[in-house]
Amino acid sequence: MSRQVWRTEAGGHGIDRKQPVSFSFNQFRLEGYAGDTVASALLANGVRLVGRSFKYHRPRGILGIGSEEPNAILHIGEGARREPNTRATVQELYQDLVASSQNHWPSLKFDLGAAVGLAGALFPAGFYYKTFITSPKRWLWYEKHIRRMAGLGEPPTEADPDHYEHRNAHCDLLIAGGGPTGLAAALAAGAAGAKVILVEENPALGGQMLLAPQQVDGMSGQDWAEQARAQLDAMPNVQVLTRTSVAGVYEHDLFTLVERLGDHLAEPEAHQPRQRFWRVRASDAIFATGAIERPIAFANNDRPGVMLLSAVRGYLERYGILAGKTAVLFANNDSVYAAARELAAAGMRVEAIVDSRPFVSEAAALAKADKLHVLTGHGVTAARGMREVHGADVAPIDANGRLKGVTKTLPCDLIAVSGGWNPAVHLHAQSRGRMAFRDDLAAFVPDTDGAAYTSAGAVTGAYDLAECLQQGFAAGNAAAKALGLDSTAPTLPTATGDTVGEAPVLWAVQAPKGARCFVDFQNDVTTKDVGLAHRENYVSVEHLKRYTTLGMGTDQGKTSNVAGLAMMAAKRGQPIPAVGTTTFRPPYTPFTFNAMVGGHTGEIGNSVRRTAAHDWHAANGGVFTDAAGWARPMYYETEGLTPQQRIDEEVLAVRKSVGVVDVSTLGKLDIQGPDAAEFLDRVYTNRFSTLKVGRGRYGVMLREDGRVYDDGVTMRLADDHFHMTTTTNHSGSMFQHLEYLLQVVWPDLRVFVTPVTEQWFTAAISGPNARALLADLAPAVDVSNEALPMMGMAEGLVAGIPARIFRLSFSGEIAYEINVDADYGLALWNGILSAGAAHDLKVYGTEAMGTLRIEKGHFTHAEADGRITPDDLGLGGMVTKGKDCIGKRSLSLPDLVAPGRKQLVGFIAAEGERIPVGAQIAALDDLDAVQEALGHTTSQAYSATLGRHIALGLMKDGRNMHGRKLYALSPVLGERAAVEVVSPHFYDPEGGRQRG
Amino acid sequence: MSQRYSIWALARNALTHHESWQKAWRSPEPKPAYDALIIGGGGHGLATAYYLAKLHGMRNIAVLERGWIGGGNTGRNTTIVRSNYLLDENAHFYEHSLKLWEGLSEDLNYNVMFSQRKVINTCHTLGEREATVRRYNSMRLRGIDAEFLTREDLARLEPAMNLSMDVRYPIVCAVSQPRGGSARHDAVAWGYARGADSLGVDIIQNCEVTGIDRDPVSGAVTGVQTSRGAIKSDKVGIAVAGHSSQVAAMADIRLPIETHLLQAFVSEPVKPFLNTVVSTGAAHFYISQTDKGEVLLGGELDGYNSYSQRGTLPSVEHVIANATEMFPNIGRLRFMRQWAGVMDMSMDGSPIIGKLPVDGLYMSGGWCYGGFKATPGSGWCLAWTMAKDEPHALNAGHTLERFRTSYMIDEKGAGPYPKAH
Amino acid sequence: MMLIPCPWCGPRDETEFVYGEAALERPADPHALSDQEWTDYLYFRDNPKGEHTERWFHRAGCHHWFTVERNTVTHVISAAYPPGKAEKS
Repeated sequence: MSRQVWRTEAGGHGIDRKQPVSFSFNQFRLEGYAGDTVASALLANGVRLVGRSFKYHRPRGILGIGSEEPNAILHIGEGARREPNTRATVQELYQDLVASSQNHWPSLKFDLGAAVGLAGALFPAGFYYKTFITSPKRWLWYEKHIRRMAGLGEPPTEADPDHYEHRNAHCDLLIAGGGPTGLAAALAAGAAGAKVILVEENPALGGQMLLAPQQVDGMSGQDWAEQARAQLDAMPNVQVLTRTSVAGVYEHDLFTLVERLGDHLAEPEAHQPRQRFWRVRASDAIFATGAIERPIAFANNDRPGVMLLSAVRGYLERYGILAGKTAVLFANNDSVYAAARELAAAGMRVEAIVDSRPFVSEAAALAKADKLHVLTGHGVTAARGMREVHGADVAPIDANGRLKGVTKTLPCDLIAVSGGWNPAVHLHAQSRGRMAFRDDLAAFVPDTDGAAYTSAGAVTGAYDLAECLQQGFAAGNAAAKALGLDSTAPTLPTATGDTVGEAPVLWAVQAPKGARCFVDFQNDVTTKDVGLAHRENYVSVEHLKRYTTLGMGTDQGKTSNVAGLAMMAAKRGQPIPAVGTTTFRPPYTPFTFNAMVGGHTGEIGNSVRRTAAHDWHAANGGVFTDAAGWARPMYYETEGLTPQQRIDEEVLAVRKSVGVVDVSTLGKLDIQGPDAAEFLDRVYTNRFSTLKVGRGRYGVMLREDGRVYDDGVTMRLADDHFHMTTTTNHSGSMFQHLEYLLQVVWPDLRVFVTPVTEQWFTAAISGPNARALLADLAPAVDVSNEALPMMGMAEGLVAGIPARIFRLSFSGEIAYEINVDADYGLALWNGILSAGAAHDLKVYGTEAMGTLRIEKGHFTHAEADGRITPDDLGLGGMVTKGKDCIGKRSLSLPDLVAPGRKQLVGFIAAEGERIPVGAQIAALDDLDAVQEALGHTTSQAYSATLGRHIALGLMKDGRNMHGRKLYALSPVLGERAAVEVVSPHFYDPEGGRQRG
Repeated sequence: MSQRYSIWALARNALTHHESWQKAWRSPEPKPAYDALIIGGGGHGLATAYYLAKLHGMRNIAVLERGWIGGGNTGRNTTIVRSNYLLDENAHFYEHSLKLWEGLSEDLNYNVMFSQRKVINTCHTLGEREATVRRYNSMRLRGIDAEFLTREDLARLEPAMNLSMDVRYPIVCAVSQPRGGSARHDAVAWGYARGADSLGVDIIQNCEVTGIDRDPVSGAVTGVQTSRGAIKSDKVGIAVAGHSSQVAAMADIRLPIETHLLQAFVSEPVKPFLNTVVSTGAAHFYISQTDKGEVLLGGELDGYNSYSQRGTLPSVEHVIANATEMFPNIGRLRFMRQWAGVMDMSMDGSPIIGKLPVDGLYMSGGWCYGGFKATPGSGWCLAWTMAKDEPHALNAGHTLERFRTSYMIDEKGAGPYPKAH
Repeated sequence: MMLIPCPWCGPRDETEFVYGEAALERPADPHALSDQEWTDYLYFRDNPKGEHTERWFHRAGCHHWFTVERNTVTHVISAAYPPGKAEKS
């Protein structure tokens, strides 16, 4: 298409010119080709201004060609799929892609936020620490405006419509990077039979071979990469993952990968996840992650039209794009000469090759001989132009970038810069590998000493193609050998690529005072900011980073960190390695949160436990709450009744006729063995060895620190066989606790504990009519008070189902817990309901159950809050003398016997008053007063039985406070009630009803 | 302070291209002896030095930092500030700390960006509502701000919050502390450092304490050994949370502390959409948005003893899975950076601030997750205790000895299991 | 995510396990101890930076408790064995 004004006539092996692809940028309709990235398609259309920077809102263009890109980050997609901060250099083009620029108002070209840039002198690094020093109230106001200016892209506003998945894998060898080194390593290790996963972040394998013309074994680098891919695909033991990044290296050989399956499509194909999050355990790994070209700082080096040299070459080679008409190339190494020839051959005017080195290299001499305009010992001192480059100021410089001659301006619309390379040491660093500094490269490379994994290729500073291939093969072979595989190394291919030559480091060219030379483009950190940090003594690397925000952007400083560090080292007069290196933390490049979620949200992430009667509860108005992961009905919605009215009905049914409640969620443990009774004596405060077979006993357990841990009834089924019940909350931890005691503390005890919570369904029937109901349900069982007294048990058919019947009571009425095989739970439940009709049976939920137990003064974890002893609860007598148990030793520690501890009491509200939820107990009836809390309520309810609001609670010295008239206050709810302190046993304190 | 910070100072310095700014703090060589030494150049240690100098007139003091100041947990936390505690000792201490925060930027002449954007706790069951409302009521009786939030309030405060009842952890209601919020963590360390330095305190970085010297007869502290030589002092304060056990061991003291990892992570920055700090007990995470626009998330401990400052995976996966249910729009944001802090987890979940059983030795540690918000209060109380050789009423309960009598300050009631707090 | 070598099941992901605490020996007769000695056991810990002997429970596996020797800085696990076995062999 003619509109692709910067596209060359031919070339660009990454695109398919037969497949035009239409897309939009800031609502302009543009066209690219299949195979383009958004960045290459924008460049093809001559679009340069693509965004505004974070702080100064400076106009920004495309700098690079890969995941290192700091500037060209866009909104991509529409509606719920619109994603901010997407790298245009990575995002592949698809039909009708919608892209827009970020961080400007009202428009990209005219951004009022740029006023900050104009007044930029007021806003050096860390300016916000020095101003807005005021009260928190006023800071909140300033902050609101500062927040709006920051933040880059717009957040999504809707839930993500796509889905994601996790995959776990094991392999012998994970290879990060599918460039020449990674390919060579995979070929070698794969041929030896190792189970290899090769990971490449780009859609195609080949790495740098795709971004500049290179020759391997007489074919182009691209063809060789395709041949290698075919060979690898033929190996069943090798898996190649493209469009995939190694995100993190974690302990114990765990690697996370993010595979992008749908990002190159408008939306993922049906039934395909958008992204796949891999967790790979690899016995070994090779990091063939390459190197990232680094810029050289000069004045206004952030103008659109200033690009990395390798990117300019790459856009030509891979996408057939000339990123400008007239270029000034600026470099400290020989790669610039090959680049100049390629660009000139494709039709670009190379205005000058500015070579910062004070000598004339062989390549420079050849270029001069070929009449190329070579300026050695020169530097670009400034870019000219506002929204894009119009020229380059060029001057002679010394080795440190200081001006030593007259500046002249060269007309150009492109300045391509190469300041050498920084090895991508991130994964090595994440694996806790140390760094070594190579002075010749002025770069950190992985220190092989103590390294957990192998680094190979450009990441080690090998920038030569042949050396990369050689290192790759060697690493792949070595890995195979280490696995004990017979490695017959394939023949090393011959290769010719670029030569870099000597590359004396140059971080920045001297700029006039007031000019801005950017180190970190995205976060607008300039060379002067580094100087300021030094001046103010923020000189450690981490202080530099945190004070200036260097390297803290979405590009994570891939093009800036080392330069900033080097500039600080220079200011401190110390070598770079003495100043240190920053920490590299996962992930290597940011990736979508939902990939990590992988759909493990809601019930898939946090499972819900349901009892056998759940569907009945749900179908009959059950309103559920979460109780230690169980869904339990709180009450049953009934038409015409408020929840409280329904709860009252449920309570009164238990008090007057009979109610049934699903208590399957209580923890149940089957305890067997010759020493089972002895074991229970050691874990409960009271004695179980004296319990008769067929009877149960209520018991309390302590933590080792003497505080109440749990309570429940344990039945003795046989001499050596017990059925323990625990609270719903502690059913899991109890099993773990008992196993610890049996396996670690008392391994000599012959006891087995089996968790059987899920194996039993339990329904409790309670109320004056409970016995008659049970008699109907279990005609063959003698349910008389003599045969089945309180704390007794029976076995037999209930509703035709084999059952264990425990007679115990939480409500204070005659009550039975009927336990059946969980598979028959619903049948039992329905059986009870059918038989119950004749006995005025009502189903009740946890709210009514709570009310009933509050009336009885039974505690739950609301009262036993982890700070409470048995004596605090009035259960001191349950700590049996003459035997030890877990936690008993602590009961005599000074604070546990100190006066003034909080004790369990009851509170009864004055007539017509309502005790608020979560009340504090105080002397003054004033919701706004600052006053001492004498105690607090722990559970409160309206007692339909008593016609009053009642509560349980804890009060300092509570047992001596009965009769005191105080106030239950809830200032946050604006509620209060006059209350009287009473015994916690509101209803039938003698317990005659439950024994009747 | 020789050079005051203000908008006018910025404007003046802009004219000279910001080349006249002075060092925020000096980097002096250590002297052979000081009146007091603080081990640990995090927020707590620097605050201690600042208050010792400012309020107690001790100027000949040094802060010894193994690496760079603010590089420990000060620089690796989720920056939440609040005082919503249930138990007396903690409530009064943290409220005092919160009051110091409210004047901190002006006191230090350094903007620590203390932003009282509200800290919200969501409740997901009626039981949780009851326990949470009880705690917030106890705050009000103590004169600490606390409020109840309905679901309608939440919809107004946090429009991005998913208030559907058809989720795994539906939100029943919430409570909030309006004066709670967040602050810029690094600025706290730097501000205290600058303030202390201007009062004459020596801040000595890259100085690792390797031993604590004691009088062979009395057993009292006489100084420390460091990687930069011996330094004498008969008052030594330890403020190295995460590593309290190691430093206390140099004086043969064992502590009721285990060190655990806490993970945190941020998304890429986006324009503001989260207005407050939200935390949830049921779903185990807290979330806020930084001034830069990053969504900042944290969760629970990894659950085993560790000094590795390395990011791990399981707790991060758990946090983000639950957080995307409450804020569905964040699912498509990108995970940008993760890190871990090493926490001094005490046996009751509350700190130890006060004297140690060696004369002249003091500590502030056992901060569990609570250390950042405690920074001003911890420094204030440790300074008082060191200056007067006895605790202030605010930290009188936070002794080491409480573990001998089992006087537990156990907010969660979780017992002597550090990982459970 | 650590890979924990359960002595019964082999190496498994950390998420299958529950951490207990340092491998402490519970005093055989707590009542014979002074408050000082008992609270030493109850509350005070070595908390080493380096090699740590600790107990884990294979909750989503064989339900065994076992002893692990693990470095608290590097997380490298040097041994794992059933409780009661004195040392790694």
